[in-house]
Amino acid sequence: MRENLAKAFALANTQLIRRVQLPKSYTDLVGRKLFLFLLTLQGLVAFALITLGVMLRKSRMARNVIRPRIRQEIARAGVALLPMFVFVALALGFLVIGQTVSTLAKFGATDYLGTTMVIVVVRELGPLLAAMLVLARVGTAHVIELGTARALGEVEALEALGIDPVHYLIVPRVIGMAVGVFSLTVYLIIGALVSGYLFAFLQDVPLTPGDYFKQIAGALSWLDFALLALKTVAFGFFIAIVTCYHGLARPLRLEDVSRVAVRAVSQGVIVCVLIDALFILLYLVA
Amino acid sequence: MSEPEKTAVLEMRDVSVGAMRDIGFIVLAGVNWLVTPGEFWAVAGQQHAGKSDFLMLSAGLMAPVQGDCKLFGTETRRFDETKLTERLRVGFVFEGGQLFNQLTLRENVALPLQYHRDLPPAEAAHEVAALLELLELTPLAEVTPANVSDNWLQRAALARALILKPEVLLLDNPLAGLGARHRQWWLRFLDQLWRGHAWCGGRPMTLIATTDDLRPWRNADRKFALLHDKKFFPLGAWNEVESTNDPVVKELLAAPAELIS
Repeated sequence: MRENLAKAFALANTQLIRRVQLPKSYTDLVGRKLFLFLLTLQGLVAFALITLGVMLRKSRMARNVIRPRIRQEIARAGVALLPMFVFVALALGFLVIGQTVSTLAKFGATDYLGTTMVIVVVRELGPLLAAMLVLARVGTAHVIELGTARALGEVEALEALGIDPVHYLIVPRVIGMAVGVFSLTVYLIIGALVSGYLFAFLQDVPLTPGDYFKQIAGALSWLDFALLALKTVAFGFFIAIVTCYHGLARPLRLEDVSRVAVRAVSQGVIVCVLIDALFILLYLVA
Repeated sequence: MSEPEKTAVLEMRDVSVGAMRDIGFIVLAGVNWLVTPGEFWAVAGQQHAGKSDFLMLSAGLMAPVQGDCKLFGTETRRFDETKLTERLRVGFVFEGGQLFNQLTLRENVALPLQYHRDLPPAEAAHEVAALLELLELTPLAEVTPANVSDNWLQRAALARALILKPEVLLLDNPLAGLGARHRQWWLRFLDQLWRGHAWCGGRPMTLIATTDDLRPWRNADRKFALLHDKKFFPLGAWNEVESTNDPVVKELLAAPAELIS
């Protein structure tokens, strides 16, 4: 419990290093930044492993408390964002088709409209955009809630009651966000594909709905489905880990919360881009 | 007396206590203390004397920086999840309550019961309602902590600590900021718990409370200790507290008007 959090933070006790005076040379500055980055990375990995361990070890514990909390988090990171995602899906479909259809029509290559949609929306933009929106809407709320709870001593109160804060506060958020990002990405992709065709139809592109969806089906492979699922779950998991780590893993004062929230969002964006890059490599290898 | 009852509830040997927010900063050193079952301790100290840190360490929420601290015969350093049963024998009431802000008072009180016994809300409801009634909290059961006065917050925190019927109750400055009527209620209720309240099956409870004002705790049956200058001083019974010439104790015994003069 306390040891779990302490371990994760002890590995990345960056506060100590921040107290050191600013370096005189740029080499020192770069070295210090690199060292800080490695320490944070180490802390995040430790926190992720601890969370996974608790998730597996306590999967059968206090189900009557944890399950409603997971449902709550899925609603917050998924269902509640649906209206916004419908709007973004429509905009994304219009945007991609709007930009590509005129170019493809010039070369008489409208047959590749579906393929373009798969490459741009299904493989790249859809999952990344969904992850960024969830990070902005829910991830920030996580840091602020947990940071405030930490500052007000609610974490100590949980420990005094023999309740593992990682089990009660983190596990539901991690599962909720992983499920939320996955589901919202699926909705976003479906919405973008439909609105894409709608825009193409309005631009008089000679393409029947059947042909359009045949193109899409032809461009999709089993790997797309598998990697899409893995990627979105990874996005959700790591966004939750980064935001919860910053909110919970270290003792905070109330005035620290806003600063920590900004740092958590920046690191969340970096983590998402790194995961995306990793999956591009996987596509290339596969 | 049977064998388990003989075991000291809490035993500290040459303990150094670190601050909760910065464990490297020592707030108390060389603490030697023994609490046996059924005792009622009032540990006094001025502001920033380390009362909260000392109590957190006593509850096994923090390991000592140095020395040995045993709770029910188990080293608190090894107070991991395998020792959860021991941890749940101790109830803790934080100063200000530290209730969970997103839950109602009823949910706050029900949480430990539901979590440790894996009960759905309906099954825990009866027991929770009985405790809320006992602590006169029923009218506020569905209110969130932000909308409750400090007097009732503190009482809700007591309910949350009592829901699992602990054997030992640690209270961090429980009378701080309370109105006169609530203060009287607390002293009466804590006395009932110490003597053996029906809620805990009539079993006498061991109580340890910290305070920055010794006067309300005046009672011949209680034991007193002082935290001052990073040291722990056991003072003994009330008559010994009254007869001491220690200026800090005199200050903790003085009424606010006397302090001003």
